[in-house]
Amino acid sequence: MAFVKGLKCRECDREYPSEALNVCDFCFGPLEVIYDYATISEVISQDRVAKGPLSIWRYHDLLPADSEDPVDIMAGFTPLLKARNLGKKLGLNNLYIKNDSVNPSFSFKDRVVSVAATKAVEFGFDTLACASTGNLACSVAAHAARAGIQAVVFIPSDLERGKIIGAAVYGPTMISVDGTYDDVNRLCSEVADNYPWAFVNINMRPYYAEGSKTLGYEVAEQLGWRLPDHVVVPAASGAMFTKIWKGFNELACLGMLDGVEASSFGPDQNTVHHPAVTTKMHMTQAAGCSPIVTAWENGNTHVMPVRPNSIAKSLAIGNPADGVYSMRVIQKSCGTGYAVPEDEIVDGIKLLAETEGIFTETAGGVAISGLRHAAESGAIKPDELTVVYITGNGLKTQEAVESVVNPLSIKPFMGAFEEAFNQRSS
Amino acid sequence: MGRQRVKFSFPADMVKEPVIYRLGRDFEIVTNIRRADVREDIGWVILELDGEDAAIERGLAWVGTTGVRVDPVTGDVIDG
Repeated sequence: MAFVKGLKCRECDREYPSEALNVCDFCFGPLEVIYDYATISEVISQDRVAKGPLSIWRYHDLLPADSEDPVDIMAGFTPLLKARNLGKKLGLNNLYIKNDSVNPSFSFKDRVVSVAATKAVEFGFDTLACASTGNLACSVAAHAARAGIQAVVFIPSDLERGKIIGAAVYGPTMISVDGTYDDVNRLCSEVADNYPWAFVNINMRPYYAEGSKTLGYEVAEQLGWRLPDHVVVPAASGAMFTKIWKGFNELACLGMLDGVEASSFGPDQNTVHHPAVTTKMHMTQAAGCSPIVTAWENGNTHVMPVRPNSIAKSLAIGNPADGVYSMRVIQKSCGTGYAVPEDEIVDGIKLLAETEGIFTETAGGVAISGLRHAAESGAIKPDELTVVYITGNGLKTQEAVESVVNPLSIKPFMGAFEEAFNQRSS
Repeated sequence: MGRQRVKFSFPADMVKEPVIYRLGRDFEIVTNIRRADVREDIGWVILELDGEDAAIERGLAWVGTTGVRVDPVTGDVIDG
């Protein structure tokens, strides 16, 4: 049972019923889900969560879905690992990795799509759709298969092979668009206006985005119902960044954190900041597409769109929908923003793989190189509790790290092996 | 007749140009501003356009040539 009151415009506060809507008719501002937190606070508890399924749906009370039978392929409840080796390299003694690359379709997108797919079924849609640079397409196709509805996914024609196969295997209708990034954007916008489909990141967006809050809830629960001092988060649209922050503040306001008194959500649920939430939010973007970090660095109030030119395709959003809101979270949390040079993205992937045995995609490389910068610059102190979010799996972007393949090639003889091995060792 | 919701982002050198006025006059498009923030060095305007489909298409193509960026009001619809 969802405790949703409806939707509310983030700009002009006009309210709407809970429908497949994402934009305010009056000011064209984005709509957000609003909840009946008074009732939620009467039912939710640490024990109730602990008895829930090992997926994002253990936090059902805080998600905008009515259904008791959500579209669940067991997204979420991914490992939180203490990163001793990486921490030692970076001079961080209390570093954890939230490894979301092990979700069912191998990225954090399963969290948001599980919520969007559940709402789509509730609203009676028979088609789940998206425009994606990869991870989202995989997740939409997988969840549509689970829900028994059609999937239509639009992808740019130059997408990495691993992502194309990772989506195609679930049997969606896949449209490969031969055009520029702007062309793909324009076409999909037009299709969304003209077809009665549940576009997860368009008309389902208010519900879809709420799924990312579970990245905040899980970290808090896995740390023993407390919050980290710092989080390092890769950003594209900025939605996940704002929702992790929202998740932390919801838990604090509901009295779910150890030693923290519950408090009112105040007049604006989506910007509430509980004083006990002192986590600093650090955003990392790839230098080839860093409109939010650039705006934050320049002290702008507006995020100027850019044309993406980055190897981190899963972060290549030139006109980020939540850009301004995520910039406000950086400011409010006293966090930082950092644009990772393109040539350091692969370094980040390799560093994580070689120290912790986790193979991430380019977005993870951006997160790790951004973490390294935050540690080196002193933004994160050695003993502070830090969590870095790894949001996608390296098997999808193998092309990015092809240079690591350098085997010792030998004939099948012992002598050949020893000669080659000793040569390498010396 | 068609209708489109768009966001114009103005770089510093275009902030003083009457782009929206010319869009209405030269392409016979009704422009209806819903939100905006225009400063000395940067600006954005969210507006609704009403007119013939072809006129809107031509008008937006012209806006793009001026250096003003045109985007959907929802931000990019492509996601990661």
